Amino acid sequence: MEIPVMVGAGLVVIGVGIGIGKIGGSAMEAIARQPESYGKIQTAMLIAAALIEGIGFAALFAV
Amino acid sequence: MQRFLSHYYLSDMHRKITVKTITLLLFLVSFTGFAGGDAEKGDQKSEIKEYIQHHLKDSYDFSLLSYTTDSGEHKYIGAPLPIILWDNGLKVFSSSKFHHGETVAEVDGNFYKQYHSKIYKTDAEGTINYDADHHPTNVKPLDFSITKGVVMILITGLLMFFLFRGLARSYATNGGIAKGVGRFFEPIVLYIRDDIAVPNIGKEKYMKYMPYLLTVFFFIWFLNIFGLTPLGVNVTGNIAVTACLALLTFLLTNFTGTKDYWKHIFDPLGDSMPWYAKIPLYIILIPIEVLGIFIKPFSLLIRLYANMQAGHIVLMSLIGLMFIFKSWIGSPMSFGLAFAISLIEILVALLQAYIFTMLSALYFGFAAETHDHAEEHEGEIQHL
Repeated sequence: MEIPVMVGAGLVVIGVGIGIGKIGGSAMEAIARQPESYGKIQTAMLIAAALIEGIGFAALFAV
Repeated sequence: MQRFLSHYYLSDMHRKITVKTITLLLFLVSFTGFAGGDAEKGDQKSEIKEYIQHHLKDSYDFSLLSYTTDSGEHKYIGAPLPIILWDNGLKVFSSSKFHHGETVAEVDGNFYKQYHSKIYKTDAEGTINYDADHHPTNVKPLDFSITKGVVMILITGLLMFFLFRGLARSYATNGGIAKGVGRFFEPIVLYIRDDIAVPNIGKEKYMKYMPYLLTVFFFIWFLNIFGLTPLGVNVTGNIAVTACLALLTFLLTNFTGTKDYWKHIFDPLGDSMPWYAKIPLYIILIPIEVLGIFIKPFSLLIRLYANMQAGHIVLMSLIGLMFIFKSWIGSPMSFGLAFAISLIEILVALLQAYIFTMLSALYFGFAAETHDHAEEHEGEIQHL
């Protein structure tokens, strides 16, 4: 394990964290505005979060 | 005034006591941190690391727990499993011949040895030859062994078969009303139908995909939950298992793909452009779309594998920390963390099963899409 690789993976994970955080935050705002479309928003949120999460895992496994 | 003073005095005392307690705690933690020789600690760390790596891998015997006796002998509690090899003819023998990877097994004059959880053909002494990159150069026979993971898959399959077969029968005899454990599973089945399959695939075609979606959901969920029990299996954290599941989704998507699905890939712009304008765009677009066919199931397999693997590593590491700290402060702390992570893992077990089913349904929805369906959607948007 080399240090640059680990730092790079850490940077990717920071990005992934910010991304998923933004998705979660936006979903909460959207649900607060339109509580009746809770189900649809949650599904869309989970799909987007899962797709971003994949990138994070790819980075972690590159280490 | 007096009340104010006494209050002030009390809160001040409180603060002092808190500061003292924290200092004492920190002192104790630092003290216990340095207790015990460094050499012993290093030994233990590498042992725990080895233990975790062993847990993550599939193994040839179903050992529930192992310990070392005072005389330094390794004892295992569990059962050996059959090993099936194809090496110029079928070789079937019990994994107890390996003595947990410690000895060479002799079968019909051939010698086999386990090295890093893989079986290699060796000579009588069990020598393993390495190439320049320290990879073994020995012959690797085709391995169809019933390993721990395979046993767990078979058990889950049988469990699901008898559970849902019984449920179906109870519906028939009970006038279409769920009975017993069916009252727990009925809402889940209905959820998959009404909130996963129908919205993503469409009302006309969802029935075709329902058996697969239900099977894959319960299969992943049950195996994830089994991974959290003391059985110590890690089936969904095995990349071969998730790869097979993703392969099934891939095959189903592409073999049930309609004309419009393939048109989406090879002619995404349709009639909205003259052919000569499409050419420069399609040089980029079509390779991306074709890659997308493979990337979709690949992301499925990586997601499930990585999530379960990471969960197991975190959980095992926290449990290992208890033995590294060996103190009245460190160990309960890591126990609490391990407990909290276990609760999160129960959620993750369900969530990953849901995500896999959800995304599979989404991909089936792309495959089952017909032109009429797309027009319907456009109509909806205009209507809104």
